[in-house]
Amino acid sequence: MWFFSDEHRMLQETVRQFAQSVLAPRIEQLDDEESFHREAFPKMGALGLLGITVAEEDGGAGLDAVSATLAMEEMAAVDASTTLSYLAHSILCVNQIARNGIAEQKARWLPKLISGEHVGGMGMSEPEAGSDALGMKTRATRQGESYELNGTKTWITNGPVGEVFYCYARTGSAKREISTFVVEKGMPGFSTGKKFKKMGMRASPTGELVFDHCQVPVANRVGDENSSVQAMMRNLDIERITIAGISLGIARNCIEVSTRYAQERKQFGKPIGAFQQIQERLSEASAWYEACRALTYNSAKAFDLTGGLSSREVSAWAARAKLQSAQMATQVGLDAIQILGGYGYTREFPVERQMRDAKLIEIGAGTNEILRTIIARQMLGNDVAQA
Amino acid sequence: MDFQPTEMQTELSGLARRFAREKIQPVVEQDEHDERFRPELIAELGQLGLTGIPVAEAHGGAGLGYQDYITVLEELASVSVSYAISVAVTGLAQVILEKFGNEAQKQRIARLAAGQAIGAFSLSEAGSGSDAGSLRTTARRDGDHYVINGTKLWTTQADSAEVIMLMARTGAADDRTRGVSTFLLEQGTPGLRLGKREKKMGCHISHTMELVLENVRVPASCLVGREGDGFKIAMTALDSGRITIAASALGIARSSIEVATGHARQREQFGKPIGEYQGVSFLLADMATRYDAAKLLVQRAAFLKDQGLPFSTEAAMAKLFATDMAMQVTTDAVQILGGSGYTQDFPVERFMREAKVLQIVEGTNQIQRMVIGRSLLKTH
Repeated sequence: MWFFSDEHRMLQETVRQFAQSVLAPRIEQLDDEESFHREAFPKMGALGLLGITVAEEDGGAGLDAVSATLAMEEMAAVDASTTLSYLAHSILCVNQIARNGIAEQKARWLPKLISGEHVGGMGMSEPEAGSDALGMKTRATRQGESYELNGTKTWITNGPVGEVFYCYARTGSAKREISTFVVEKGMPGFSTGKKFKKMGMRASPTGELVFDHCQVPVANRVGDENSSVQAMMRNLDIERITIAGISLGIARNCIEVSTRYAQERKQFGKPIGAFQQIQERLSEASAWYEACRALTYNSAKAFDLTGGLSSREVSAWAARAKLQSAQMATQVGLDAIQILGGYGYTREFPVERQMRDAKLIEIGAGTNEILRTIIARQMLGNDVAQA
Repeated sequence: MDFQPTEMQTELSGLARRFAREKIQPVVEQDEHDERFRPELIAELGQLGLTGIPVAEAHGGAGLGYQDYITVLEELASVSVSYAISVAVTGLAQVILEKFGNEAQKQRIARLAAGQAIGAFSLSEAGSGSDAGSLRTTARRDGDHYVINGTKLWTTQADSAEVIMLMARTGAADDRTRGVSTFLLEQGTPGLRLGKREKKMGCHISHTMELVLENVRVPASCLVGREGDGFKIAMTALDSGRITIAASALGIARSSIEVATGHARQREQFGKPIGEYQGVSFLLADMATRYDAAKLLVQRAAFLKDQGLPFSTEAAMAKLFATDMAMQVTTDAVQILGGSGYTQDFPVERFMREAKVLQIVEGTNQIQRMVIGRSLLKTH
């Protein structure tokens, strides 16, 4: 993008090398076995990637949303699963503690999360509260110097493997009376429930967080009681922008692999790239990818430039970027398999894995359907959109 | 042709549906995970008379038509595409033997039609996929025998097959249409061995095999049809095979629509069932409409074939449209189920992975477009 700085380009190169040397050799087997690349986290920590958006005085890299998106794209071009776990860690957990925690809380949790000694995650969705996030039922009841949490969170990225979870629970009777608690592995009454078997993103463990009379000290509450909805919603913007980066990475690699294949594979005496059907798929894929790339990085830039756009407008841009990028990556993944034919359907090439990974992004961090609703409300106004 | 299923079709689809639900459904998820194919299920299907539908009773088949055949395949695929494909591929071997085999070769149909044996069809090679005429496996005549050498790829169920219909080159390397012949190979023939089994995105129950042929010496009586008929035989087989793949696409699409509709009725968000949102109900409407349209195309192709009329273009249209439909419908079903749809707690993510292969086998959908395009330009 024209506005990338030298710093952005250096980061891009660093992450590209990291992905090639650390992630590429492991991903096929991790995907096959549904296991987790735990050792990648300290290595990301050493490169300063785990606290990418955290201020330098808090031990982070002090970079912007454009940088975080670039890191996602580069990593996801090789291994979208580990990238998704990285996103849950750095954007959903670390970024939120840094944005909303007080100094004492930041000092407690950030060092080990930023070094990669600990893995973080976030707990929002519940079995009956997916798209309707504010419909959550997990409740926290104050009991002296602690809260008792009861409820179950589901589809939690890093749930089965993490140490620190940034969790939302209901503390009042009104719909928006939601508070935040940092729940740590080993706390009494906290367990991780079942681990999901998934179509893709198989190297990114997804599970439940179960709170059964779970005792959480008041010191683990982040922000004031009943006041977390705004911060929760705002973080969805950077989550959507950066996860769109994962779609970009997946699509870019699928386009590279299928382009190379179309140059090399010969049928009917010529490279299949000489056939217009293949040219059409490749050209449409690259045009859609470039459009999504421009949209996503512009949205990241809009997120970084405070002022100018209203928060509703930023939310709509983030929603547009993810809505298009996620659909684009699934289609590009499907088309890459199609171009590779029988080979594309096998695990000898990465495109079938990348397509399986791509589909998740149409669902996680706001389904396509919810994103369309957000965009429509911003365009039409709530009065009309919810008439 | 009318829009009512015949009594026979209703009976067949009922039989196949019950079998799929009672016998395949309970094991399908675990077997997909373990990549385990159960030949005994094919034998049971055979006892029900469902493995030899389109071949004549005289050869041990049911003597029925493709319109009957597609109802069975749709039902099997609605639970497991792998088993639908298994039946279809064994069917392909029977159809080839019935149409092109000599009397001795036709004797081989009965075991296949009864589900007592499994058949395979081996055409593709590493360098020869869509461009089937360029295959390099050679069959060299040596007195009363042929000696076959080469490597075949993506041969469905070659590991469990008793007989393999294999295409090999008997003519010049550049003779695309008359240079290929078909051979009836027995499992266990010296020099014929199984290579690697592909690791795939889906359809794990159905084994996709590499076949290695090293100086495989077979009597000349294994030649099906005449020397040089192989390409014609393969293309004829693929024409009818396309109808079976299209029927399989109908099965997974229908199941996906059922699961997604059930979920849209039950799942509540923001205080009402998600089916009450247009974003969901319109998606379901499009899925159902495309499914019905695809079904009509598949039925037309089967009807034409049953009447003995030309059906090659119509089969290509049915395969193209039905498999693209299935890809879209299964993807949308995952979307409607959201996070649940992405997990293996529901079958739709499996259907989506299975749908993709249907756009590739029996001629990629690019090849279908070539077939349709050429036919349009030739006749108009």
